[in-house]
Amino acid sequence: MIANIVFDIVALILLVSAVMVVTSRNPVHAVLFLIVAFLNAAVLFLLAGAEFLAFILAIVYVGAVAVLFMFVVMMLDVDFSALRQGFQRYAPIGALVALALFGELALVFAAFQLSPGAAASRLYPAPQHVTNTVALGELIYTHYLVLFQLSGIILLVAMIGAIVLTHRERKRAKRQDLLAQHARTPAQTLSMVRAGLGQGAEIPDEKKETIR
Amino acid sequence: MMTVPLSHFLLVAGLLLVIGVFGIFMNRKNIIVIMMSIELILLAANLNFVAFSAALHDMVGQVFTMFVLTVAAAESAIGLAILVIYFRNRGSIEVEDVTMMKG
Repeated sequence: MIANIVFDIVALILLVSAVMVVTSRNPVHAVLFLIVAFLNAAVLFLLAGAEFLAFILAIVYVGAVAVLFMFVVMMLDVDFSALRQGFQRYAPIGALVALALFGELALVFAAFQLSPGAAASRLYPAPQHVTNTVALGELIYTHYLVLFQLSGIILLVAMIGAIVLTHRERKRAKRQDLLAQHARTPAQTLSMVRAGLGQGAEIPDEKKETIR
Repeated sequence: MMTVPLSHFLLVAGLLLVIGVFGIFMNRKNIIVIMMSIELILLAANLNFVAFSAALHDMVGQVFTMFVLTVAAAESAIGLAILVIYFRNRGSIEVEDVTMMKG
């Protein structure tokens, strides 16, 4: 009973904030509403009994992905008002497509019911008397180990890709060049000069370049 | 275990998906909001997976949701990185100019 009321409230907030994400004028507000949407979706996950995923959603999405969006929105100096041109023009066709899509979904779900054999064809039924995290861990570290490792590789590739894409060589930065450092010989940098009394030592021109 | 009926979850997820698709149409020029709409669509898919997983008492739906979350996080990271270098090259993020990226 209480779960139903909580579900209705949270689902309402989720849908309203989702609408605000796509319609808000300021993209910073859109990101903030995205965070609200993710947090409410996490509560819905909790209501469905998927505690681990709920907290993963809160940690990964709110903590990482939404903050990433926030960084990009604030870092790029974009004229967002120019990007909103055509907002009115595309609204009707967008609403039409959305309505058609929702109509199709409604038609599908209206006639939907679980088949009587559905329970028998479950792959890994949820175990009783253990928490959701334990049940999930028992699956992903045994039956889904390869896929689990593969998803780790996907994240690694994404990380390396993002670094490679956004990394740029700065000309001004002085870095240690180990190869040059190891390859240089005393002949390149060192010269014995006998300085006369009362006179400075003359630096040969070819040596001047190697002196920093 | 699940006190809320499955149909409520399906309704919310369906509406979320429709809002995401609507957002892609509405913000045709703003690729950041388009990516946020894609996140909403993926969230709707995840909600469906979790709801069916809870309704059927089958853990596989939640395992799959975790993989979807992983791929979505990787996708948004790469997408935003591409967006940053695109903005660095062009000074704008207009979607309609993106065809210059080919070749």
